[in-house]
Formats: sequence, structure tokens, C-alpha cells
Amino acid sequence: MDLTILVFLLGGLFLGWSLGANDAANVFGTAVGTRMIRFQTAAIVCGIFVILGAVISGAGTTATLGKLGSINAMPGAFAACVAAGLAVYLMTKSGLPVSTTQAIVGAIVGWNIYTGSSTNIQILVTIILTWVLCPVIAGLIAMFFFILTKKLLQTTSLHLLRLDAYTRTALLLAGAFGAYSLGANNIANVMGVFVPISPFTEINFMNILTLSSTGQLFLLGGIAIAVGVITYSKRVMLTVGNDLLKLSPVAAFIVVISHSIVLFLFASQGISNFLHSINLPSIPLVPVSSSQAIVGAVIGIGLLKGGKEVKWDIASKIAVGWVVLPIIAALISFVILFVLQNIFNLTVYF
Amino acid sequence: MFSFKTESIFGQTKQLEREIDQFVDILSEVGLVFKTIIPSYLSNGASNKFDEMVKQVSEMESKADKITKEVERTLYEETLIPDSRSDVLRLLEHMDELIGMYQGNCYHFSIQKPDFPEEFHEDLKNLTETVVNCVESLCLTVRSFFRDIKSVRDNAHKVTYYEKESDKQFSSLARKIFDTDLSLDKKMHLRYFVEKIDRICDHAEDIADEVQIYAIKRAI
Repeated sequence: MDLTILVFLLGGLFLGWSLGANDAANVFGTAVGTRMIRFQTAAIVCGIFVILGAVISGAGTTATLGKLGSINAMPGAFAACVAAGLAVYLMTKSGLPVSTTQAIVGAIVGWNIYTGSSTNIQILVTIILTWVLCPVIAGLIAMFFFILTKKLLQTTSLHLLRLDAYTRTALLLAGAFGAYSLGANNIANVMGVFVPISPFTEINFMNILTLSSTGQLFLLGGIAIAVGVITYSKRVMLTVGNDLLKLSPVAAFIVVISHSIVLFLFASQGISNFLHSINLPSIPLVPVSSSQAIVGAVIGIGLLKGGKEVKWDIASKIAVGWVVLPIIAALISFVILFVLQNIFNLTVYF
Repeated sequence: MFSFKTESIFGQTKQLEREIDQFVDILSEVGLVFKTIIPSYLSNGASNKFDEMVKQVSEMESKADKITKEVERTLYEETLIPDSRSDVLRLLEHMDELIGMYQGNCYHFSIQKPDFPEEFHEDLKNLTETVVNCVESLCLTVRSFFRDIKSVRDNAHKVTYYEKESDKQFSSLARKIFDTDLSLDKKMHLRYFVEKIDRICDHAEDIADEVQIYAIKRAI
């Protein structure tokens, strides 16, 4: 394999690292922020399940993102990834949980504009719609779970310490599910642009296991996300855990499970096919924003508590990031494509 | 690795639950012993039986101290109940102070040997009973804080009721003491003991108020 191809892949791996650094906070931030789970445990569980989710269930959302803009040259994909990664890194530096989804969508649209390719507006609208739907659904699920849990706790009369032990276990399981869903849903953001131009060939392990070229890309991306989780996610975890709304450990569990369900819903081909089979509208398999899901869930609980405890200034800062991020990513993408094409004489599109 | 950790969390949880229950049991038992000590002293003075009971209270106090330290160590080392940890430890410390107050009263009776005229015996026994009932209600309040948060308010209300009763009984007894022809130094000496017993109730009420706040904080 050409070494330059590996160098270009580094763009995707950088984006994966950014995603891990930023979005792991959405899965384990509340648990680590409330000190229910140690960062080390969270990072290991998150890393393992992110990789599993990416490799096993990452195909659905990748197909959708591929339709938005099919980047057809390795340097072009590299530029999009680096742009998205840089944009996310800049926002993460300021301690704000931002969306890798919006960064990559911004970067792909940036590539489309630079190359004069058309952007699939229908897909773009679907993706943007999910950006709106995602926090709303997460908020509604969180509200449902909050009411249910409150009723359950009132009837069971668990000892404070027993409740604490159950909550820890629940947070760890919900976090593992969340990490799996994150990997399944967001691997498209990391490796989606490389799928049509994958440099790998299928690997067969003694006729027992076959890893397709896409599977290998997802595995690499998953590992990059895991590295991001382990090396850089602690600070954002503490921001999510403490700043938006002071959450009790039980509420933290509700937030994580609501977020995980939303990500899983938008990534699961099984659920989508099932709904289709019973003549219900199938859920679009779209990489949604993990950050938006978490904010939606936290606000949902905050509203049930009367809305006074939600720190709206931080929520609005995050919302500003949602608007600014795709624009920044598109601009960076444009600049990098220009540099690659005109200074390094690389072909960024065919 | 994780199953082992999970098991150890649940194991420690059960152990801690037992220790906290034991601690509350001790507070309750010390009260029951105290309820026997005062009539015993009033009837027989600082007899051998009285000394034995004082010793018993002292041993219970040491046991409670040990439990407090053990609970504190486990809660911090295992980072259990991170958001309620400081509340629980403060609660145990304040309950430990109550045990200390019982013990202090016993020692003062043992050392100073106050001479209560017989006309005050019944009132002092009643005051002691009200104080012990008050602390008993506090024990229920604390138990409900850990297990049945809905009942905290009801039990805390009983503590307040007994505290008010104790105040009334203290005022009435103090008035009776100062209405006698005893010398002023003796009157003040007796008043000191009555007041010291009544203070147990005041402290119990403060703790019940704290528990009510902790219960609100425990809401998800």
C-alpha cells in the first residue's frame, strides 16, 4: 500500500481522536463528573465499546453520509477530516462539548463547494432535521425515564447505599451501551469519507472471520476514537458533568441512557428495518450529534424540575457552537483543499 | 475484572449498611440505658448497678466511635455516595455527639452526685423519658433518611413535638426547683443537671432539621 495513503488516513484518525476526546464526555461525563465512576474505568469501557459499535453497527449511518457528498480522492477526504478535526479540537479546547457530526457535514459541504460538486439537499435537510429532532427526542426520553425512576424509587425504598451501588452499575452499563451507540452512529463522521476510496483489501482470518475493507477502516477509526477518549476527554467530561446542570447520580444515569437510546435509534438498521416491515416510517440512519442528545436530555430533566436549575447561558453557548462549528469546518476545509491543490499539487477531486 | 469490582462494591455496601444500622442501634440503646440510669440513681444513688450502667454507656460510646471512623474510611476510600457523603458523615458525627451527651450526663451524675429531693423525682424521670423518646424518634428519622425518604418528615415532626414537650417539662421543673427553700447554690446545681438533660433534645431537634434538608437534597 502506498505510504501517502496511510498519511491521508491520518486525517480521519485525527478526527476520530477529536471525537473521542470530545464525545466520550457525553457517554461518561455525567458519571465521571458526579464521581460515580473513575475516569480510568470510564475510559477503558468507553474505548472497548466504541470500537465494537463502530465495527459491528457502523455501516448504516456511513451510507447516509456518503450520499451527502461522495469525496472521490484521498487528499480530498484527508482535507475534510482534518478540517472537521481541527474545528472540533478548537471548540474542545474551549471546554465546550461540540458536535463532530456538524463538523464533518460542514467539511463535506466545504469540499462540495470547492469542487463545484452538488450537495444532496434532501440528505442535508434530513441530517439537519435530525439535528433538531435528536435533542428533542432525547429530552422526551429523559423526561419519561425521570418520571418512571422517581415513581420506582418511591415504591422500592432502597437504602441510600444500595441505591448508590445500583446506580454505579447502571451508569457503567448505560455508558457501555452509550459508547457502543456512539461508535455505531458516529464512525461515519470519522471514516465515512474514506469508504468509497478505501485502500484496504478484505482480510480472512483462517476462514473463521472476515474483515472487509470497510470493517478495517471502522476498526482503525474506532481505535482512534478510543485513543482520543483515553488521552484527552477528562476535561470535557468534567464540563458536561458539572456545568450544564448539577445532576444527581440517578439523573446522570437517565441522561446517559436517553442519549444512548437516541444514538442507537439513529444507527440501528435492525430497528429501521423492523419499523419498515410493520409499515411504519423507518428512522433515517443519520449520524446524529451526541452532544445535542446529552444537552436535550439534561434540559428535559431540568424542565421537569421547574427549569430554574438549568444554566441557560452554558446551554446557549453550546448552541452557538452548533451554528459556528459547521461554518468553521467548511471554511477550514476550503482552505486546506486550496493549499493541497495549489501548493502540494495534489488532486483533491476527480 | 469488572464482575469482581461490582461484587466488592455490593459487598462493601452491605457491610456499610450494617454498620450504619448498628450505629443507630447504639444511639437507641444508649437512650434506653439512660432511661434506666436516672431512676436507678434517684432511688439508690451512685450504686454499683449505676456504675455498671455508666460503664456500659461508655463502652457503647467507644463502639460508636469505631463505627464512625470505619464508615468514614470506607466512604472516602471507595468514593461511595459522592454527593451525599459529607451529609452522611456529618449526620453520624452529630449523632455521635448525642451519645457523648448521654455519656456526659452519666459522668456528671457519677462525679457530682446531685442530691435531688424526692419531690422532683417524678418530674426528672418524665423529662428523661421525653428526652429518650425524642432521640428514639430521631433514630427513626435517620433510618427513614437511608431507607424510606417519604417518612423523614413525619418522624422529624415527632422529634420536634418531643423537644417542645421537653422544653415545657424543663421550664416547669426549673421553676419548681427555684420555688423551694433550697440554697441558691443547690438550686443552680440541680438546674444545671435538668438543663443538661434537656439539651439532648435540642441537639436531637437540630439533627432532625439537618436530616430533612439532606432528604430534600437526596431527591433525584
